[in-house]
Order: sequence, then structure tokens, then C-alpha cells
Amino acid sequence: MASLFSDNEQPPTNSNSSSTVLVRKKKSLSASSPSSSRGNAASLPTRDGDSHPRWRSEKQQRIYSAKLIQALKQVRLSSSSSATTSSPTAHKRGKAVREAADRALAVSARGRTLWSRAILANRIKLKFRKQKRPRQTVIPAVTTVVTTGASSRGRKRRVSVVRLNKKSLPTVNRKVRSLGRLVPGCKKESVPVILEEATDYIQALEMQVRAMNSLVELLSGYSTPGSDSAPPPI
Amino acid sequence: MSGRISRSRQVSGTSRISEEQINDLIIKLQQLLPELRDSRRSDKVSAARVLQETCNYIRNLHREVDDLSERLSELLANTDTAQAALIRSLLTL
Repeated sequence: MASLFSDNEQPPTNSNSSSTVLVRKKKSLSASSPSSSRGNAASLPTRDGDSHPRWRSEKQQRIYSAKLIQALKQVRLSSSSSATTSSPTAHKRGKAVREAADRALAVSARGRTLWSRAILANRIKLKFRKQKRPRQTVIPAVTTVVTTGASSRGRKRRVSVVRLNKKSLPTVNRKVRSLGRLVPGCKKESVPVILEEATDYIQALEMQVRAMNSLVELLSGYSTPGSDSAPPPI
Repeated sequence: MSGRISRSRQVSGTSRISEEQINDLIIKLQQLLPELRDSRRSDKVSAARVLQETCNYIRNLHREVDDLSERLSELLANTDTAQAALIRSLLTL
């Protein structure tokens, strides 16, 4: 973990060079986990029903936490240089933090999902407006893998049953559409794509919540005076 | 590598996509939801219910992230030495 963090440490730069920061982070991290991510991509179609392991692993959470802290440092610098703190800007700062967290989350997805690409594409929409789906802009050497054919093997195992008959199809369609509006970048996708993206997105969001929770705990442990002798255990 | 595998599978509109495929995806989604996963009754849960719960759950998560972002932004704005202490503590992890 120490080496991971020290590789990513850079002098604080402005936010417009954050793309290069992201690229360098990806390069430094690709050395640490190339096989695991490729193994995950290969194991997606043959997955036996367990949830995506990559969003729940400790390593993934650490990677995300490191990225989050980097991004938050930049946010902090840009906000401190602007107008001073007052309550009207509280929401703006919260939004900036949220965007930084989403960006870090999207980068942690390593470009393999639609929603992560959509989040990152929205940030640089001004520069790449003419491209419909700018996959290869921020994240170089990304492999676009869409594996919605997970059930093509004809597995008989079914842990719980979902009734899906023809009568409820318009209802299901409507609900899938509204679900697609919630997940970034999936407004116009087909039904299985939306469902697949939603499963990944939910797990990523859960990890984001966990990471931010621990970060808040850590920081609030430091902001109270007199408790700086030892860091609180996470 | 494997960049174009199943794009050819879902060629045209919804008629091409099999019911079983959608069913499987919805089952996977159900296993992620905390409410529907723990109380796994023997009777069937409708797909519409799963999707509705999914929407609610995602909205909840969004709201949580927003709340946490606000708290984080306040904490970051107030503390200055916390940055250095934070980095130090993470380096020792």
C-alpha cells in the first residue's frame, strides 16, 4: 500500500491536467494488477452466480481510496484558491467532492463499463463533443468488453425465481427504462445492457459509500483537537 | 482481445433478446439488493418488483453519496493539518 501511494504522489496541479493524472495512475496500477483484472473480464461470462468480486475486494477498495484522496486533494486546492468558505458555497463544494468521487470511481472501473465511460466522458464533453462514445480519450488501451451473454450456457441452477411473463413486459420495460435513466450513460441502451450495467454500478456505488464512510470517520477523528496521538483504526 | 464478442448477439430490438437472458440478469440483480436477498422466500418475486427495488436502492445510494460528499467537503475545508496526518496514516497501512 505504501508503494502504491508513493507512486501516485505528484505535486498538486490544476484540475485541467487531471486527465494526465488519471493516465499516469492507470499506468502505475496496471503493473500491480494486470492479471486480476483480465481474469475478471474473462470470468464474467463463466461466472457462477456470485457477485462481481472486484468491487468487493480489499485491494479494490484501497485502490479507490487512494485515487479518491488524490482527487480530493485537487478539489481542495481549487476550492481554497477561490472564494472563501461560507454557507452558500457549501453545496458547491459538496458537489465538487461528489464529482471527484465519481470520477475516481469511474477510473477504478478501468474503462470496462458503460457508466464509467459516461461519467468520464461528461467531464471532458467540451473537448470531445463530436464523438458519440469517447472510449479511448481518457483511458488508453481500454478493452471494451460487453458480456451480456452470461446465460448462454444454459445453466439449470436457479436460486430464486423471477416470474417474467408476456403480460408484464410493458411494465418491465418501463421500469428498465427508468432504471436506465438512473445509471449514467444508459439512457438509450437495450434492456440487458441496462441490467448488466446496473449490477456493476450498484456494487461500485456500495464500495464508494464504504470508502467515503471510512474517510469521513478518519477525518472527523482528526478534526477534533487532542486526539492526534494515534490514528483511529479503520 | 475480446472486444467484440456479444455485440453481434443483440442485433436488433428487444425481440432478439431471449427471455431467459433477461431473467438471469434480473436474478443477479435481485441478489444484490439487500432487502430481496435476505428474505428469500420460496415464492416468486416479480421482475417489476426487483426493478422497482433496484431504482429505489440506487436512489438511496446516490443520496448517501451526496450526504457523505457534503460532510467530506466540510471536513476538508476545516482541517488543514489533517491532510498531512491522513497521508501519514495511510502510508503506514
